[in-house]
Amino acid sequence: MNATRRFAGLTAALLSATLIDACHKKAPDQPAPAVAPAAGPNADSARRAQEDAARRAAEDAARRRAADSAAAAAAAARDAAAAAAALRTTLTAMVHFDYDQSDLRPEDRAILDAKVPILSANPTVMIRVAGHTDERGSDEYNLALGQRRASSVKAYLVQHGIADSRIQTISYGEERPMAQGTDESAYLQNRRAEFDITGGPQTLRKP
Amino acid sequence: MNPFVRATVLAFFAALAMTAGASRTALAQDTTFRGITLIGNYDPLRDKISVAVLPVSGAFGDSLRAIVQRDLDFSDRFAILPIEGGDADAARTGGAASGLNYSIFKRLNAAAVIQMTSTPTGVHVALHDVVKGQVVNVGDFALPSAGFSREWRMAVHRTSDEIARWMTGQRGIAATRIAYIRGTGKAAAIRIIDSDGAGEITVPTDENGISPAWHPSGTMLAYSTYGDVASRIVLFDLTTSNSRTLTTAPRNTQYITPNFMPDGTSILYARSGESGSDIYAVGLSGSDAPRRLTAGRGAENASPTPSPDGRRVVYVGNGYGQPELYIMDADGTDARLLTEYDLSDKNYRSDPDWSPDGRLIAYQEKIGPAFQIRTIRATGGTPKQLTSEGVNEQPSWAPDSRHIVFTSTRSGVRQLWILDTETFRMRQLTTSAGSRLAAWSSRLTQ
Repeated sequence: MNATRRFAGLTAALLSATLIDACHKKAPDQPAPAVAPAAGPNADSARRAQEDAARRAAEDAARRRAADSAAAAAAAARDAAAAAAALRTTLTAMVHFDYDQSDLRPEDRAILDAKVPILSANPTVMIRVAGHTDERGSDEYNLALGQRRASSVKAYLVQHGIADSRIQTISYGEERPMAQGTDESAYLQNRRAEFDITGGPQTLRKP
Repeated sequence: MNPFVRATVLAFFAALAMTAGASRTALAQDTTFRGITLIGNYDPLRDKISVAVLPVSGAFGDSLRAIVQRDLDFSDRFAILPIEGGDADAARTGGAASGLNYSIFKRLNAAAVIQMTSTPTGVHVALHDVVKGQVVNVGDFALPSAGFSREWRMAVHRTSDEIARWMTGQRGIAATRIAYIRGTGKAAAIRIIDSDGAGEITVPTDENGISPAWHPSGTMLAYSTYGDVASRIVLFDLTTSNSRTLTTAPRNTQYITPNFMPDGTSILYARSGESGSDIYAVGLSGSDAPRRLTAGRGAENASPTPSPDGRRVVYVGNGYGQPELYIMDADGTDARLLTEYDLSDKNYRSDPDWSPDGRLIAYQEKIGPAFQIRTIRATGGTPKQLTSEGVNEQPSWAPDSRHIVFTSTRSGVRQLWILDTETFRMRQLTTSAGSRLAAWSSRLTQ
């Protein structure tokens, strides 16, 4: 078996050497094949393939552009929503008060100052200011104190150019505590004015 | 060690005459009042008349007796002697025409014996004077056939109050009810309970109803509402269970602390808004425009409470800084500071209630970190402090001008308690946490 296989290998090697030699000698006599368009069924199919490729590329590009622009739009919408949410957060940020006081503290005036341009840029927005107290005063008298706190907030916004008719004031007194508990940190959280947007567009315009 | 066993024999009338007072003088002229003979130097405000209430046979007899005993006990003018079965049986034998053996009650130091007998329409009551050894008053009282019903209980309370009047000249306060708020946030609601804490009902009100106040007739409540819908003063008719809005607050204002005038034809309340809080009066017909009584000029004036004669009004104002009590004439003139004020005094005083006899004003004052109940004479002077344990606030007088219902945290959470301002005995009225803002009715006739 080994002798037979060895012979076959040798034959194949000789044969292939002969064939290579033959090709080499033949090549210079033959003209180079033309790249130019040629008539016939083979040429047509090549052109169609090229056109298909071009079209596919164009379509891909369009798809990519569309995707890009959708992503950009989504991002923009996200940004806008985030911006609107931020505006809404600013507009509804609470202010707080000292014990038994309705005067606005400097840090709370700053919170109200941030609301003014938003209210100015969104003239149809209506807000409601609810005054709250901690539980230490009289239950009933605290309804008056809560009203006074809401009024104090409203007066500040009106002084800064917001129309009186756009701001409603109410009081909950001590009836709706934000924090339960009987320590100063709970009391501080509860002595507050809350803001609700009661009218105007869903999305707030940026100042 | 009975306080009545002393040398002098004194008719109760004499003691009664010593306690001057317009209402008591009027009662003393009542010819049906006989009183009970007492032995010793009896102080009608501090001493208690020893009373035995005999067992009652028949359906509801045990409950009838228990309620009458408790009513007399809660009036703080009687000491109820426990009568055991043997004593009760012995007492019925060997006596005179009445069938009572007075010697047994003399031995028990009883001054009076109450004997009740069920009748087809209610109960027959006989009051025995132990010293005289005779019946000194009798009466028949109708009771609704539905035993234990709210109406039945109130009829029994009225019986107790009349028995108390037979003995002392002054009607009891058992046949009264107390309106109050229980619950927090949106669950807060106006409730009404009998003076002994039984028979609670919830008034069908707006979820934000607060500050219930009784009409002098006891047939109507007024309350105010707060929150994100327009604040109102609402009238609730307890006879028909109908509610009607008396007046609605304009935008940016709030109506608080309504109270009826004593003639029952108008309501005082405070209107809180951008220029502070002022007190107004408005008729119940709703046809007249509200009249403003105070000119707060930015201050908060609230909690108007009329004197029983309707001529003056006590209220809270903070014109000087912290809340203080003021008294003005009912037309809004001549406002004067009632509670002492000086610049170093930062005490917060509020929630006044004028006693039905006109003498005293109960209120809350911040003593240290907590509110306490105080009384001050309507003419001014040195206040008297009635509480010291826990936070105590929102006092409301009983029709006897002696008991006060108030809110206290002495048990750990806010509950209603009743204080006898003469003996300082306290009892807890409610057992559900978060009870507050009590208002005590007049004596109820239905």
